[in-house]
Amino acid sequence: MTGDPSPVEAMDCNVLVELVTEYLEGTLDERSRASVDAHLALCDGCDEYLVQMRTTIRTLGRLPPESVSDRAMTELLTVFRDVHRQHPEPP
Amino acid sequence: MARPPSGRSPVPRQRARAELPPDDVLVERLLAGDEAMFVAVVEDWSPLMLRVARMYVSTHASAEEVVQDAWLALVRGLRDFEGRSSLHTWVLRIVANIARTRGVRESRSVPLSAVVEEDAGPTVAPDRFRGPDDEWPGHWTPVGAPSAWPASPEGSLLSREILHKVADGLERLPARQRAVVALRDVHGMTSEEVCEVLDISATNQRVLLHRGRARLRGELEDYYRGAASRVRT
Repeated sequence: MTGDPSPVEAMDCNVLVELVTEYLEGTLDERSRASVDAHLALCDGCDEYLVQMRTTIRTLGRLPPESVSDRAMTELLTVFRDVHRQHPEPP
Repeated sequence: MARPPSGRSPVPRQRARAELPPDDVLVERLLAGDEAMFVAVVEDWSPLMLRVARMYVSTHASAEEVVQDAWLALVRGLRDFEGRSSLHTWVLRIVANIARTRGVRESRSVPLSAVVEEDAGPTVAPDRFRGPDDEWPGHWTPVGAPSAWPASPEGSLLSREILHKVADGLERLPARQRAVVALRDVHGMTSEEVCEVLDISATNQRVLLHRGRARLRGELEDYYRGAASRVRT
């Protein structure tokens, strides 16, 4: 695409682990992305690291969201009713 | 943490997420006093609002008050909503503003732009990599390399323990990391939305996300390693 035949740069594991999020976000430039891909194809440790990051993210996605209490909801609804009693919408 | 199913709730609460209508319809129905719609919106948006509030205030109770104040502000100020951003973003920004003011009073507010110590340095312990004199400097040592985690099918005991671990780890993250990780990974917001709501740069967002996720991965790893050694002994 770029026409640049420069070889993929070698990347160390301790550099790769700090680029994992950018890799997953798709914000790496093409060269760095190619370096990460090349490294992952050869390095079991980094490949596993990426798998574990994905597992962590997936697990976070399964957490139940916390919500407001029933008491708070009741109070909000009371105010909501009051506001509409004071300022009814013109028909 | 997890809310019990509320059987005798005084308010009809819909657990199933109804699809909310587009903003113009939503605003119109809220202005018309449609209570069911109001309940649906509060149900749908409050979890995110609590997350945003928790970035600035120290307790869940305090965050809940902030969220309540924000809903009151929305109810009273809806007539002034100009639609320059989505209603969702608008209310999240109200939350951030109220929570920030309150956080200052609680004197625990950290300027979001500040780069603090917890945001610098490697996210993986340097001793897990080979030193400069090694043939492969910067590569995993045999002991340091991550080893595969056991499968934890959804619903299994292990899976429930893992969920618990992650929930617990998330709560213990530094406030800004916790907010970004929660908004992105628990609530599924986009990076653009998170930047807008929290008023942080794309780079800042990415750094906080990376550090938060990396720490949680590390905690899961510790847990699995501990579990493995418990089995061995």
